[in-house]
Amino acid sequence: MWGLEHIWWVPILPLIGATINGLVGHLLSKRAVGVVAVGSTGLSFLVALAAFGNILGLAPDQRVYESVLFTWIQAGSFTAEAALQVDPLSAVFLMVVTGVGFLIHVYSVGYMGHEAGYPRYFAYLNLFMFSMLLLILGANFLLMFIGWEGVGLCSYLLIGYYYEKQSASDAGKKAFVMNRIGDFGFLLAIMWIFWTFGSIDYTTVFPVAHDKLALGGLAVTGITLLLFLGATGKSAQIPLYTWLPDAMEGPTPVSALIHAATMVTAGVYMVARCNALFNLAPMTMMIVALIGATTAIFAATMGLYQFDIKRVLAYSTVSQLGYMFLACGVGAYVAAVFHVMTHAFFKACLFLGSGSVIHGMSGEQDMRQMGGLGKKMPMTHATFLISTLAIAGIPPLAGFFSKDEILLSAFLGHTPGHLLYWVLATIAAAVTAFYMFRLYFMTFTGELRAEDHHVRDHVHESPNVMTMPLVILAGLAVVGGFLGLPMIEGGHALKNFLDPVFAQPGHAAGGHDVSVGLELLLMGVSVGMGVLGILTARYYYSVKPEAAVELLNKGGMIKSIYTLMQNKYYVDEIYDALIVKPIVAVSDKGLWRFFDVKVVDGLVNFAATFFMGLGSMFRTAHTGLTRSYAYAMVFGGVFLAGFWLFLSSGK
Amino acid sequence: MGSFSILTLVTFIPLGGALLILLIDKENQGLIRGLALAATIADFIISLPLYLRFANTHNMQFVEKVAWLPQFGVSYYLGVDGISMPLILLTTLTTMICVISAWTAVEKRVKEFMITLLLLETGMIGVFCALDFFLFYVFWEMMLIPMFLMIGVWGGQRRIYAALKFFIYTMAGSVLMLVAILWMYFQHKAVKGFYTMDIQAYHGLLMDPSAQLLLFLAFFVAFAIKVPMFPFHTWLPDAHVEAPTAGSVILAGILLKMGTYGFLRFSLPIFPEATLNAVDWISWLALIGIVYGALVAMVQEDVKKLVAYSSVSHLGFVVLGIFALNVEAITGGMLQMLNHGVSTGALFLAVGVLYERRHTRLISEYGGVSSKMPVFAVIFMIVTLSSIGLPGLNGFVGEFLILMGTWKFNPLYAAIATSGVIWAAVYMLWMFQRVMFGKVTNPKNEKLKDLNWREVTYFAPFIVLIFVLGVYPTPVIKKMEPTIAHLVAQVKKEKGASVAPPVSRPRVAPPAGNPHGGAHVSPRSH
Repeated sequence: MWGLEHIWWVPILPLIGATINGLVGHLLSKRAVGVVAVGSTGLSFLVALAAFGNILGLAPDQRVYESVLFTWIQAGSFTAEAALQVDPLSAVFLMVVTGVGFLIHVYSVGYMGHEAGYPRYFAYLNLFMFSMLLLILGANFLLMFIGWEGVGLCSYLLIGYYYEKQSASDAGKKAFVMNRIGDFGFLLAIMWIFWTFGSIDYTTVFPVAHDKLALGGLAVTGITLLLFLGATGKSAQIPLYTWLPDAMEGPTPVSALIHAATMVTAGVYMVARCNALFNLAPMTMMIVALIGATTAIFAATMGLYQFDIKRVLAYSTVSQLGYMFLACGVGAYVAAVFHVMTHAFFKACLFLGSGSVIHGMSGEQDMRQMGGLGKKMPMTHATFLISTLAIAGIPPLAGFFSKDEILLSAFLGHTPGHLLYWVLATIAAAVTAFYMFRLYFMTFTGELRAEDHHVRDHVHESPNVMTMPLVILAGLAVVGGFLGLPMIEGGHALKNFLDPVFAQPGHAAGGHDVSVGLELLLMGVSVGMGVLGILTARYYYSVKPEAAVELLNKGGMIKSIYTLMQNKYYVDEIYDALIVKPIVAVSDKGLWRFFDVKVVDGLVNFAATFFMGLGSMFRTAHTGLTRSYAYAMVFGGVFLAGFWLFLSSGK
Repeated sequence: MGSFSILTLVTFIPLGGALLILLIDKENQGLIRGLALAATIADFIISLPLYLRFANTHNMQFVEKVAWLPQFGVSYYLGVDGISMPLILLTTLTTMICVISAWTAVEKRVKEFMITLLLLETGMIGVFCALDFFLFYVFWEMMLIPMFLMIGVWGGQRRIYAALKFFIYTMAGSVLMLVAILWMYFQHKAVKGFYTMDIQAYHGLLMDPSAQLLLFLAFFVAFAIKVPMFPFHTWLPDAHVEAPTAGSVILAGILLKMGTYGFLRFSLPIFPEATLNAVDWISWLALIGIVYGALVAMVQEDVKKLVAYSSVSHLGFVVLGIFALNVEAITGGMLQMLNHGVSTGALFLAVGVLYERRHTRLISEYGGVSSKMPVFAVIFMIVTLSSIGLPGLNGFVGEFLILMGTWKFNPLYAAIATSGVIWAAVYMLWMFQRVMFGKVTNPKNEKLKDLNWREVTYFAPFIVLIFVLGVYPTPVIKKMEPTIAHLVAQVKKEKGASVAPPVSRPRVAPPAGNPHGGAHVSPRSH
């Protein structure tokens, strides 16, 4: 079948692009660099599309295709093949990654047009595509891990793209190290899985998980918790989320592709991929749901009062990822994947839209300098508004369907505490609507507040190469949710497609038993929360902006909470004081300057002086002398030994 | 040319080169350098068949055995197996690279330097292929002196202190080992009735457990110093800091592997029972080394010291893998020995590039180098990522197999060691950031020149290996695996064998090719 059989080309094409631009990109024209990068991603998308078509053409229970290229590692009983696997789950991610990835490559041609290091940018971006595709297509845990660390590397390189800027290189390093903390868990989980199952291949591990592992036992709970630790790093969940807001130091298309639409959803992919394991670990499921719901509300409140347009979107991403983990935690994997997809559309659109705004504002990111851009940037404005409505959960846009499914699943779930999570997530929905519309009103309505007249005069709509991707993504943010229709009857198109991946032995994969009345009621509540958030934002940031200022000027509780949220609850500062500084201090003053230099080396020097009685010679020895001593000692030793041998042999 | 003398050739071509250089006038530096390069290139090329024609079995191959001092049981006995063969190739490659790297870096006493380097190469290769204790010890000592000179003569400010420290540490270990060898030599006579220096004859030699423990410890200290394992490591930072670039590359790339090679060649097969009893405390030393080395590396102000302490951490992984005593972990350990040679060798070359330009190793003196040296930045980044163990590059495969095998042995140890992946990212990336990123703030860095063709040339083989060993390590693993599997079986099967009292045996030479024949094999296998 043309498509599936060529699945290797999907990751390899961007790798070729990365290699060309990385090695000889500086010799090529900007146009050629763009053609290589966009072309390789575009071709990759076409192959992926064909493969997706192939998968759809197969019977639902036949939809797993595996392709082994070569044996990567083989030692003792351990084997890791370089093998790809396409099934409905990876197929959905495949379409999102290559599709959105392609659009963002196109957009980048315009956005990065004025940058030095253009080939370097595209080499990294293509390398990212390769890693991300390996991550979702790998047929075993170790291949997923290569992709996993590979996307981390590209994220590091791209966050630190402007490496001459201290804050950018700091942010890159922070992202890499925090991800490594997660990877520590992931690696241990792989080892545990191997010594439990004797294999790391999905097709070997998952079908027998039910028989090999006791429900709620130590092994499965340990494995899933370690895996989830990995997910919290990559997908920026509590406690490892603090790198993502800083990651906004990278170029905006990077934020859209890596830090919103694709890479950060890798954790969700991993949990969904390992659903056979997570389903056996109720305690882990509870923790996943708890962390997800808490992150959703916690990050949303941090996004409330940021002024940097990209930071608001970053916290929003952390919060939306929380929703996805909440869905996983209550066993609603389809809803999680659904939200990954719709989120990719509207969040990529929002980030690219913010990039368009920043582009038009000559690099300004502070929303206090913006305002009234709607008139000057009509395309950006329209697409941004659509996506903002989508994330606020207003029907019939994409975000409404997926978010509503998550809320419904949380409400009906069996995970302990699910009603609390539902309440948290529902409140978070209102908060989301509020801060997103605060962003919208501050940016696009009212009067332009920029003081610099160069900036003011220069405001312009972005070129077509940038607005076309916006239009397509906004279109997807409108229609993307329809895959979730009809939801009232239980089971919709996406659900039916994904069900073979998430079917549990012994359980019929089916929808919730829920009355239409209850479902409509819950739907009403979530839409109501969204509308409430929008209206509040409109009041404070459009109708009566001075009211917000007055409220803050009163001081007291409100002012304190505002300050606390604006400073992100001081979590960075707390981590720094409690973890980073003590480790550095102990290593520097304790381990190195005291223990290594004073204790160990002190003992050595003492012993050397004492035993060899050479204390005085050390100080007076000259090069030549030293050499003679050395020769004398060595040859003395060898001759003595020989002599001894000779004597003893005579016995 | 038949293969019967290939090991002799590989071992002694450098010595021959050194002798030729001896005849050249010392002012004729071009010829001296050229000859040294020719000798190392020839040696590298001749060593290639060792890999290409290596049969995938555990038997010693390319064996050469000639009686030397028959009355003492000493013979000129060379051979390689899956453990030593890859290390010999690493040695011939690294030495060749070192000659190129020292082309302009070494300005004083070029003639003596090249002779020293070549003598060192003969010593190192000899150690890896000697199968006779006497021969082994001669090479072992022969290796010590050139390294000592390299630090002491071509080193930096505190070279005398560093050289002596290196010398005393290593010498102390060597003496202990010598005593142990001699003890065993006489023990062999007592048990089997004849003298022999044949290393393999000692596999499974029945020895009294308490004596075995003492002997094991003597060898252990000698090798632990070489590795170096915590707490025997403090000579390393000083030696590295003072050594010239080529010296550091050889030291990190090859000499540190003498210790881990020693464990595999001697400690495990000769003292299986003592090994099995010692695995726990050795593992703990290795674990401390991993975390301690990383934390101390993190706070170094001197790039070379940072890389030196990182070696303590990396070699901790290797030792942990070796003493996990299973095929996965030891294979990982072997790979990691090669990987460390490649990545840390390349790291020292990179530091050398900076040092040659600025004559300082202090991290704070740099910053913003990327913008001035883009080609160097790419190479340095790849090497850094390899050292961090990024999957897809060489470092990961070895590290992962070690951790994997260690988990089988003890999950707690694996968990502690795995924390090393976090620390490695912290200290390497922080260093890289401070040296390479940011704006150029120090005016002395304004005029830094990017790599020239010669410098790119000596990085190239390492860079290629970083990718090849990361993406397709299978062929190399296949060469090593039979030897490792055999070794593991040897150690585990023989548990309890030495509990039986030593038995005198008739005066017959052990059958050739079956070095551990005759040992009592206990049915109580592990």
